[in-house]
Amino acid sequence: MSAFLLKRFASFLATLACASLVIFLVLEVLPGNAAEVILGPEAPPETVAALAKKLGVDRPPLARYLGWVEGMAEGDFGTSYAYGTPAAALIDQSLALTIPLALIAMALNTALGLALGIFAAARHNRFGDVAVMALSQIGIAIPSFWFAILLILLFAVGLGWLPAGGFPGWSAGLWPGLRALILPAVSLAIVQSAILARVTRSAVLDVLREDFVRTARAKGLSEGQALRRHVLRNALIPIVTIMGLQFSNLLVLTIVVENVFYLPGLGRLILNSIANRDVVVVRDVVMLLAAMVVAVNFVVDLLYAAIDPRLKLRDL
Amino acid sequence: MTTATTFPARAAGHWSFLVGGALTLALLIAAGVSLLWTPVSPYVIDVPNKLQLPSAQHWLGTDALGHDVFSMLLVGAQNSILVGVIAVSIGFSIGTALGALAAARGGWLEEAVMRLSDFAFAFPAILTAIMLTALLGPGIVNSILAIGIFNIPIFARVTRGSAKAVWARDFVLAARAVGRDRFGITVTHVLPNVLSILIVQATIQFASAILWEAALSYLGLGTQPPQPSWGRMLNDAQAQLFQAPWLAIPPGLAIMLAVLGLNLLGDGLRDLLDPRLARRR
Repeated sequence: MSAFLLKRFASFLATLACASLVIFLVLEVLPGNAAEVILGPEAPPETVAALAKKLGVDRPPLARYLGWVEGMAEGDFGTSYAYGTPAAALIDQSLALTIPLALIAMALNTALGLALGIFAAARHNRFGDVAVMALSQIGIAIPSFWFAILLILLFAVGLGWLPAGGFPGWSAGLWPGLRALILPAVSLAIVQSAILARVTRSAVLDVLREDFVRTARAKGLSEGQALRRHVLRNALIPIVTIMGLQFSNLLVLTIVVENVFYLPGLGRLILNSIANRDVVVVRDVVMLLAAMVVAVNFVVDLLYAAIDPRLKLRDL
Repeated sequence: MTTATTFPARAAGHWSFLVGGALTLALLIAAGVSLLWTPVSPYVIDVPNKLQLPSAQHWLGTDALGHDVFSMLLVGAQNSILVGVIAVSIGFSIGTALGALAAARGGWLEEAVMRLSDFAFAFPAILTAIMLTALLGPGIVNSILAIGIFNIPIFARVTRGSAKAVWARDFVLAARAVGRDRFGITVTHVLPNVLSILIVQATIQFASAILWEAALSYLGLGTQPPQPSWGRMLNDAQAQLFQAPWLAIPPGLAIMLAVLGLNLLGDGLRDLLDPRLARRR
């Protein structure tokens, strides 16, 4: 067990290190150093040099890379060029929106996707199955940001039940905050749950064909009992795989959906930073998102081992 | 139940292939027609006639600058196809080459290719596009590159997985026994045998490329005005959501139908090209 964990953890760290290097190198190719970008082309060279020294961009690349990584490890994400405030503070504020949004969307997705998938498998080739599969084909094809706009049209412009966008902040109270996240979370979740429903259905159908399920039925378990006791656990591997991918997808898609609803999360932070050429924040946020994706993959690997002990042995 | 054996006969009875094929054909025709003709030039600004409802002159109405929405929709199809074809080609060519190499050589090379593709999964298309935009400024090239790079590990994995299965077959063993080298075997035996899987994958990746292109253009990172793109049209429509809510419908519907068509076509091709891979129903 510990050897498996160690191996996975080492590859997790190696991937993070590679990711940080790639992000640093890509953004390093930016023409002109940050001081020139901030001061504009007309600034006198002495002023540029002075600011470059203050920002630390006159140091050699390796020193800057190591400084960046060390800083992040200590929670210091550098200073935003555009706002002059610590990038960590900006990121913290944004995460307070993005993380709850992604978690709510993931919870909705899981509930809806699993329920529909199991329902379809239980009604295999009957009307309910065909209907769920047809709906899910359409769901997969809908861009989440268009679905978001349609939800705004219906619930904000048409019915006036929910806000069309904006976020009052958690200081305004839990309910006003959650209210602002309902439509964004639903638009993220619906599309993902279409994918999850399909995967769940085929995973459950695969397991239903196994001999041990026939045995379970033969010994007198009802369809429902067999499903609960034997099928679901064995169908979990493909389902957990796809859910891991989906969580990473949701984190990235929040960038798009936050912009539909003008929510001050990571997505808006990163787009504003691009517009302001605020390289420090762009670099930090890209790194953070990449790290979250890698971390989710790592957790999925651990879950595999917990679900199916055989995988652990095969890996060693 | 009759079992048709020829491809056209089986295709004629396969509803998802037919519907998918029809929608994909419609996408191609829209793009093709718009190369030669559009009702109104989508680049003409006609502010006095802005935000009009559909009429005989403007079939789907006009946007905030008086652009003809139907014409923009047609030209937008060109844009989606352009980005999709180039991005998927990048992923297909590089990914397939890497995957075939990994399967043929095995050992550390295979391990390296697989670790590299694991690593690439840490960078979804939007993250790559964001970095490229910070680097080069927004533009269609960014979205093509970002989606293309995102596709490489997908094709590498699919190719390697299927190619390894082919390498284990008897006819490959026979080819090795008569002294064919790995490159020759890859070209004459392995690639032709995995081609159908790759075509199916390419169709599905094409659909996903259209979705990503729309998302990137919506965010302002992809296709830039005046070139019409479905994603940008949605962004413009959102600004008019209270005055002209109908503008949000056509571009979204176009994206949805294009993606739906390609996905159904991919599913259909999977069933038809390789019955062993057919989704069990």
